[in-house]
Amino acid sequence: MIVAATRRNALLVTGALAAVLLFVSLGALCLGSVHVALWDVWAGLTGSASGGDWAIIVREIRLPRVLLAILVGAALATSGTALQALLRNPLAEPYVLGISSGAALGAIVALWVGGRVAAASPLAAFLGALATTAWVYLLGHRAGRLASYTLVLAGVVTASFLSAAILFVLTLLSTRDVRGMAFWLMGDLSVVTNTQLQVLGPIVVLGFLVLYAFAKDLNVLLLGEEEAAHLGVNVTRVQTMIYLLASVLTGVAVALSGAIGYLGLLVPHLARMLVGSDHRTLLPAAALGGSIVLVLSDTLARTVVAPSELPVGAVTAVAGAPVFIYLLRRTAG
Amino acid sequence: MAASEIATIERSENLRRDDVRLQVKSVAFGYTHFELAATSFEARAGQLVAIVGPNGSGKSTLLEIISGHLRPRAGNIFLNEIDLQRLSPRERAQRVGLARQESILLFSFTVREFVRQGRHPHLGRQLFESAEDERWVDWALEKTTLTKFAARGILEISSGEFQRAVLARTLAQRPQLVLLDEPTANLDIGYQIEIFRLLRDVAASERCIAVVVTHELNLAAELADYVLLLDSGRCLRQGTPEEVFEAELLSHVFRARVLVDHNPASGRPRVTWSGC
Repeated sequence: MIVAATRRNALLVTGALAAVLLFVSLGALCLGSVHVALWDVWAGLTGSASGGDWAIIVREIRLPRVLLAILVGAALATSGTALQALLRNPLAEPYVLGISSGAALGAIVALWVGGRVAAASPLAAFLGALATTAWVYLLGHRAGRLASYTLVLAGVVTASFLSAAILFVLTLLSTRDVRGMAFWLMGDLSVVTNTQLQVLGPIVVLGFLVLYAFAKDLNVLLLGEEEAAHLGVNVTRVQTMIYLLASVLTGVAVALSGAIGYLGLLVPHLARMLVGSDHRTLLPAAALGGSIVLVLSDTLARTVVAPSELPVGAVTAVAGAPVFIYLLRRTAG
Repeated sequence: MAASEIATIERSENLRRDDVRLQVKSVAFGYTHFELAATSFEARAGQLVAIVGPNGSGKSTLLEIISGHLRPRAGNIFLNEIDLQRLSPRERAQRVGLARQESILLFSFTVREFVRQGRHPHLGRQLFESAEDERWVDWALEKTTLTKFAARGILEISSGEFQRAVLARTLAQRPQLVLLDEPTANLDIGYQIEIFRLLRDVAASERCIAVVVTHELNLAAELADYVLLLDSGRCLRQGTPEEVFEAELLSHVFRARVLVDHNPASGRPRVTWSGC
């Protein structure tokens, strides 16, 4: 289905998906290893005293987690959409440029040096992501232009090297630390502080808004670099901005929640199936779609083997693979 | 150039669209293994100019230079007294439409969305197209008889229709100068004739200038007002089709024996083989 890109439709799409997200989020607050009734959830959210213990669970544990899922899902899906436009490649996704490996290495080194999954490791992970972004840019650019295949190759090579480095450092860690790290590598939404949310929130929202300002340039860029230049787009500037924004969004997401897979690749495609390829409707659809998918996945991760938990990346992978195959069959036909 | 400068020039020359004028003055260029010698020509509103010549003669390079995108080593291109090289890419895109061989599209747009991209240089700060932009998109679709394809996916139409869509996108820019590089490659003769005729009609009705690089010598002879013949980076001859299409010259340039007679229907030159 292709929705004509008008201001009204962009607002309609945003509104409809936001409503779905609200519904799904409330459900996520209710469900878990302990099911909380809706009015207790409400008590927990509004801070009234009548909720009791369950309200505390909702407020202190589930709410931050659901908020993290919303922000990380939006960040990864937005980044994936932007990178698919930048690289003009429907297989592009946030980790193709090596950022998740860089973040993982940063976190692992912090763990090795600091001794536990320290509070500093998100910062170390983010620094790792930034360093990787800069490095891949230096490798992959040619006279300012970011030729898509040079960039992808630079990213793949870098990711490869970083994976080797990660394995090396893993051998230096204790077994318990390794297990903690493995959980993080698959994607883990369970460790989040309010301070982290207060930093993540504005970054994701701002990053999305700036990217949205480039939405029409993203459309033209899909036609091709030369075609875009002939239509008046400052290709170098737009490419650099998209690269930076996508990297920052991916970097903060991975720094706080590990490398959650498939989301950045699949949600843009699902959003395209819903609203078409015009980024003025696609970007909000992808961002909200990412939030919805991650909140759902995390709820599953918390309930399927309750009272134990699956890493959320395992859920997205298990659910994502069949969706990917379905999309593949659909486009091949 | 400052927008006010441009506006002053365009106003002070009392130019109506009738007087759109292209002046290419001594543009020269060089790659590592290729040289384009200084070339000049002029064209007026309503004219269709064809650039012909063998492969590798510099036709596409010349076209890209005329668009203002490729910086020549020497020379200038003036469109209505404005030096195209001094404009920003966006200002250029508002005046010059250039369509070359398209990159492969991996994402689906509707034909209408594809053509609408042509309005991008005119959008400025606004994020969405205005009612007037949409009107120009409708106009471009109508001119290229694509209105009934508007809702179809761009990946689902035939190559002839796709070429028309590319032309429609260029027209949607409302350019004063339309530059097309082999717009009829891989098209059947029906579509070839249609595209050329469309270009000539649009140039005449919209009072713009169309410059086309083409291998279709007979279409150029039939429909162009002015022809440039390039060979190995030099413009060997320019003028009306009658003046340029000379059997001996063409045989030399294209390394094949050709005959030039006259199309009985129109009287224009006609190029044929003289036996294989």
